[in-house]
Amino acid sequence: MRLKYFAWVRERIGKTEETIEPPAGVRTVEELMAWLAGRGETYAHAFETPRVIRAAIDHAHVKSDAAIAGAREIAFFPPMTGG
Amino acid sequence: MTAAVNIRIQEADFDIAREITALTKERSDIGAVVSFSGICRGSEDGTSIAALTLEHYPGMAEAEIARHAETAMSRWPLSGISVIHRVGRITPGENIVLVLTASQHRQAAFEAAEFLMDYLKANAPFWKRVEGAEGAGWIDARDHDEDAAARWIKS
Repeated sequence: MRLKYFAWVRERIGKTEETIEPPAGVRTVEELMAWLAGRGETYAHAFETPRVIRAAIDHAHVKSDAAIAGAREIAFFPPMTGG
Repeated sequence: MTAAVNIRIQEADFDIAREITALTKERSDIGAVVSFSGICRGSEDGTSIAALTLEHYPGMAEAEIARHAETAMSRWPLSGISVIHRVGRITPGENIVLVLTASQHRQAAFEAAEFLMDYLKANAPFWKRVEGAEGAGWIDARDHDEDAAARWIKS
């Protein structure tokens, strides 16, 4: 699945996007963030406060308990400041 | 007559009068047009702003604004909606966002415009990075924007 990162999440990880295959046990957005945090220091720094990170699956906002199975694109970003 | 919904995300500035004309021309059923424009201020929390840079999530930003517009169309009797959101580097005094609502009578236009702005602020995937006197950084979301959006949820 494709992951996209925005704003300071993007800056901390150092990537705008990547394609990954999470292991079978990673089923929710929350679990995906925890798994990503374990991939290295930059990821740990980005996801150090998971409750402030927002997620979207296939262009729709989701909560952290949302299932990731079947997702084509998952995006992680800070709370939005548009408008 | 079918209602018109115009959504654009662009770097270029917009001309409010031209957008109102585009929304209302050739229609005889519009009695009210409400316009909200968001403008880049010269300071944020006491420190002066040199510029804002707006980042967005292409694809999702359009989809999310369209969802909000659809909700507004279903809740109020509207003849049309226009939402234009700029991205890229914006300096103090410049336009950031435009919301236009058109209806037969003013109540729907006023309420729908406020609804759209509250939802835009809370849910539209844009992020502002500010360059100021004390360096650069990302603006924090305000809790009251999420509260403002929540008050529109029907119980």
